[in-house]
Amino acid sequence: MIKLGVPSKGRLMNETFDWFAKRGVQLSKSGSDREYVGRVEGVDGVELVLLSAGEIPRELAAGRIQLGVTGTDLVHEKLANWADTVEPVAEMGFGFADLIVAVPACWRDVTSLHDLDAVAARFRADHGFRLRIATKYHRLVRQFLTAQGVADYQLVDSQGATEGAVKNETAEAIADITSTGATIAANHLRILEDGLVLKSQATLWKSRSAGGDCGPLIRKIRAK
Amino acid sequence: MSQLRAESARLLAVFEATGAVRVEADILQQADVLLDLYGEDIRARAYVASDPLRGEQMLRPDFTVPVVQQHMAVSAEPARYTYAGPVFRYQDNATGRAAQSEQVGYEVFDRSAPEAIEAEVFGLFHRILAPLGLTASTGDVGLLRAAIDGLTTSEARKAALRRHIWRPARFQSLLDRFSQPVARKVLGAGGQQIGLRRSQDVQERLAQLQDEATAPPIPSAEIAALTDLLAIRGKLPEALELLQALTGRLPSIGPAVAHMASRIIALDAAGVDVAQIGFEAAYGLTAMEYYDGFVFGFYAAQPGWPAIASGGRYDALTRVLGQGRAVPAVGGIIRPEYSLRAATGSAS
Repeated sequence: MIKLGVPSKGRLMNETFDWFAKRGVQLSKSGSDREYVGRVEGVDGVELVLLSAGEIPRELAAGRIQLGVTGTDLVHEKLANWADTVEPVAEMGFGFADLIVAVPACWRDVTSLHDLDAVAARFRADHGFRLRIATKYHRLVRQFLTAQGVADYQLVDSQGATEGAVKNETAEAIADITSTGATIAANHLRILEDGLVLKSQATLWKSRSAGGDCGPLIRKIRAK
Repeated sequence: MSQLRAESARLLAVFEATGAVRVEADILQQADVLLDLYGEDIRARAYVASDPLRGEQMLRPDFTVPVVQQHMAVSAEPARYTYAGPVFRYQDNATGRAAQSEQVGYEVFDRSAPEAIEAEVFGLFHRILAPLGLTASTGDVGLLRAAIDGLTTSEARKAALRRHIWRPARFQSLLDRFSQPVARKVLGAGGQQIGLRRSQDVQERLAQLQDEATAPPIPSAEIAALTDLLAIRGKLPEALELLQALTGRLPSIGPAVAHMASRIIALDAAGVDVAQIGFEAAYGLTAMEYYDGFVFGFYAAQPGWPAIASGGRYDALTRVLGQGRAVPAVGGIIRPEYSLRAATGSAS
């Protein structure tokens, strides 16, 4: 028996179910709508495990599930050396989102990371602390800003409603996932021209450490 | 483990024999001091623990900072310290390096002639490591700083370049930017004012950008000379000749080159065969460190090993930690795990 981890609720779950259905594998929640137990039809030897999308990378890395559906962003953020622990089987064509760096739209002098860096130096001198960037993607954003040579900033943790952090004065800038940019604009923010950290979409991943034969399921979804 | 202890003890004894005082440092350090110094990058390297009462704590990523703090709090110069113990750094990528590793260090706070102290420290490390057949590399961040000081450009641009000496990619992109006229589009109305940065800050910087746009680019001859400076490498005597030749095009590096010449004389007097010591003008610029002058490292041939020893001058760090007081400081560390492995390797 192999285990397939799928996000346990919302649009990501429904789109995953649709994606597998188109390929002849029916996934469904068994029992009541509130119960996190699933059923698999159309292929033998596969058990459906419903999990939070954020926990799927960890479960794959630990080898407790053989296959899992989650965003590129979460795999890259949560797994150091992700390429050593998981491999992508299929990009699924939904759940598109970009991890971006955005600043207040009223910062008319800031359009690029170069500007952000210059402003960070000045901000630190003026305020006595480093310019705060709110995010939940600490590793990805830090790696990106280090590679781009941005200094004098600090990351502050924001697990939700990150776009509101500037207005609430808990941060000066943000780094977050966006699909249309509408929430960014609605919160009076603007994406930097060179502020794209990562392009993400829902992806089916295979654990490199879990035993078990994923062959039948992978052949089935690739046949269609 | 007992071998490692013995190696640490042996190195400590050599340092103590020079008159250095043995000092200790807490494993748990206040994170804000280190974050202030190194910036966000340190979080990718050091273990951070949160404490509801004391705030963020960090497992010490090095001894230098606590040793400087101790010295600045109580002592007078000259002072020589030695220490041994574990430091903790995690690697974001699998490099195979241990998260906990041993360091034995030697730090000198002394206002005597700078080249004499640099030669003393390097000479000591050179003597200790001589049996291991390592390759020594050196550099001097002071040369680049002096070259920046001498550029025909605004103080703001020089400050921006100085700030990014340790980030070569950003440094290069600044240099490119400052070497041509800047075309800049101006954004229209930005909408609602939010956040701590005030609209007058934005206006002020827009005015600066306006000035920047009309500022003359850094002359191409100076850019070329700076690029040539960063490319200089060779054994110490050859590198010195190249640098002396370059002073015609970069007069501001003259004093730094003269300092290097006197350091070579001092090294020679300390018994170092200077013709065997490498020099790279760009050496030490990629490490997230605080060295601002002479820098050095000793390397084994084994791929993937860190420097077996490294060190340098860090006057600026003492200024930051000394709150107004500054001390000329030179020091370095040896990694006994690797000196031991190198010794076993060369014996077998």
